[in-house]
Amino acid sequence: MTQFLSLLLNGISLGAMYALIALGFVIIFKASEVVSFTQGSLLLLGAYSIARLSEPIGFYPAVLVGILLTALAAFLIERLVINRLRGAPVISLAIVTIGVDIILLTELIRRIGSDILNVPHPWGSESVRIGEVGISQNRLIATGVAGVLIIVFFAAFKYSSWGVAMRASAEDGETAALMGIRLGRVSALAWIVAGALAAVAALFLVGAPTPGVSAAAYTVALRAFPAAILGGLDSTGGALVGGLLIGLAESFAAGYQDQLLFLGRGFGDVVPYVVMIAVLLVRPSGLFGTKELTRV
Amino acid sequence: MSETTAPAAHGATRAGAPAAGRAASAPRRSLLKPLLAVAFVVLLLLVPFYVEEFWLRTGFAVFGAIVGAIGLNLLVGTTGQLSLAQGFFLAVGAISYVFVSGDSGGIGVAQLKGLGLPPLVGMVVGVLLAGLAGLLFSPIAARLRGIYLGVASLSLVFIGQHVLNSWTSVTGGFNGRAAPDFSLFGFTFANKDPLLFIAGVEFREAERLWYLGLALALAAYVFARNLLRSRPGRALQTLRDSEVAASVMGVNVQRYKGRVFLVSSMYAGLSGVMYALSIGSVAPESFGLEVSIQYLAMIVLGGLGSVGGAALGALFVSALPLVFQRYADVVPFVSSGGQGGLAAGEAARFLYGAAIVLVILFQPAGLAGLGQRFRRRGRDPGGGRATRTSSTSPETTDVPSNRPAGSTS
Repeated sequence: MTQFLSLLLNGISLGAMYALIALGFVIIFKASEVVSFTQGSLLLLGAYSIARLSEPIGFYPAVLVGILLTALAAFLIERLVINRLRGAPVISLAIVTIGVDIILLTELIRRIGSDILNVPHPWGSESVRIGEVGISQNRLIATGVAGVLIIVFFAAFKYSSWGVAMRASAEDGETAALMGIRLGRVSALAWIVAGALAAVAALFLVGAPTPGVSAAAYTVALRAFPAAILGGLDSTGGALVGGLLIGLAESFAAGYQDQLLFLGRGFGDVVPYVVMIAVLLVRPSGLFGTKELTRV
Repeated sequence: MSETTAPAAHGATRAGAPAAGRAASAPRRSLLKPLLAVAFVVLLLLVPFYVEEFWLRTGFAVFGAIVGAIGLNLLVGTTGQLSLAQGFFLAVGAISYVFVSGDSGGIGVAQLKGLGLPPLVGMVVGVLLAGLAGLLFSPIAARLRGIYLGVASLSLVFIGQHVLNSWTSVTGGFNGRAAPDFSLFGFTFANKDPLLFIAGVEFREAERLWYLGLALALAAYVFARNLLRSRPGRALQTLRDSEVAASVMGVNVQRYKGRVFLVSSMYAGLSGVMYALSIGSVAPESFGLEVSIQYLAMIVLGGLGSVGGAALGALFVSALPLVFQRYADVVPFVSSGGQGGLAAGEAARFLYGAAIVLVILFQPAGLAGLGQRFRRRGRDPGGGRATRTSSTSPETTDVPSNRPAGSTS
């Protein structure tokens, strides 16, 4: 039972971070109809710059600069590439983000090499005990921060003028443009927010119990893809549920590895994809995604 | 084929002088093109007599990539089904070949199983099993649209990696296993058995594989081209442009999606077998997400929907790292290792990453489209979508609104 609770707690904290990344996917998709494959390398960029900068300028300034840098990178991608391709087919847009991702990722991996960069979190790698259940302090803080960010995000999405503009342009871009909403600005803001969210997720993903920043962080970010997809690509609530589902599934599969040994070692790493396929088989547009209607 | 029928029809209805002139010039071109093609093939046949081993080995790797790229292009370029699962299907082909044709035995601690059947059987089984894998995935694929399919196919790669790493007795696990040499009715594609000299040139493994690769790549090219020009090929293109329109026209959407997955993954399977032969061994890391992305890069660079373009793209993307590696001291910014410069693989990745972005931004029809821009009356090698119809008879053109490779040039 203790093990179950501990896995549950860890799964939720992992899921919260997946949810942050998945939210990034979803708002980018809503604002610019792009499925962004750059999210993984943006996350790595965030992690890398935080790790590299915390030595010279201290941890908290480094976090701030890292988040800003990542947001800036996302903004530049939107301005320089995506914005010029307005109205291009979805597949072309996805492929162009893959191209950007290749460039960014190659550069980052070249810089990181085979090292594992350490991020000096002030809360260290200690773990706390809640009753009999242990969880690393890093994960606990991550859950809290992610929770706050998600609430702020949903509030902004619902009440701020940016949120309204964004929902309007997702609903019907043309009408929104006629109403005076600047689609370019909405989309740029969405990319900035997505970049910042990825950087925040990166900050915690590379902390305990993970050893530090390595190229492997990229594959972790990719697991947020299933999260966004199984919740429904155009549903922010779906990203939240999807993130938690994937986090829990991964945590349980890793925790009960010994009972799942017939599926091979390290099954926890692929469980997000298995869950995604299972969900998509039943609901092709994800759990909360809008069904694509065809009108003739 | 439309280039012979369409101008005549337009000439009849419109009685335009340009159309008549085109009809008259058609026979002359149709003679020139096969001649050029034959000359090209003869040139390729002569290559092993003059070129050193490195280029022949690179050539075989490129032929393998061409087969895979043509297969993926049928799926993504022609039918518009984004797939990132190419690495997985390659793996199915390669592993099946190695398993069926390899011998049982142990390497280190791993106990490997193998059936020890002739390599030809291994190749056929590899192709068929990859096709079967594609067919099994197609019910999922048929339910998903567009981008959902792309991401779902991503999962195949990761699940495949997991299987490759875990199913040690078949795949050799993390370290992989060696691939048996190919042989055809007693003729081995290796350095001996039999020793062979032709015109004073010793035919070793590289020379023999070159011809094998050439034959397979040519067959793959011709088959795909003919497929695109046939009724099913037209159906697939309609499917890409609009599923609704396709089904209204009587195209069974689900069945065609299943079939194109079957054909495409069979191509991938063959490509996987060729990859195993070219490297001489298979390991899980050869079939990761990066490979899928490389194949996507190939067809995007070549021009989505164009068979010849896919071959060009495959040449570019697959030969680039090898060539960089070889000429590391000559190519600027590339170093053989360590000191500041880029490693060959990195330089290649930068280059094709940038190429993808630039192609989509400025030349969505890829290399094939670039060729067409210069060859004004050129015909799309992909499916005979005559580019000139847009200028002569706008009422008959299909709407190119959301096709990946627009005939804009």
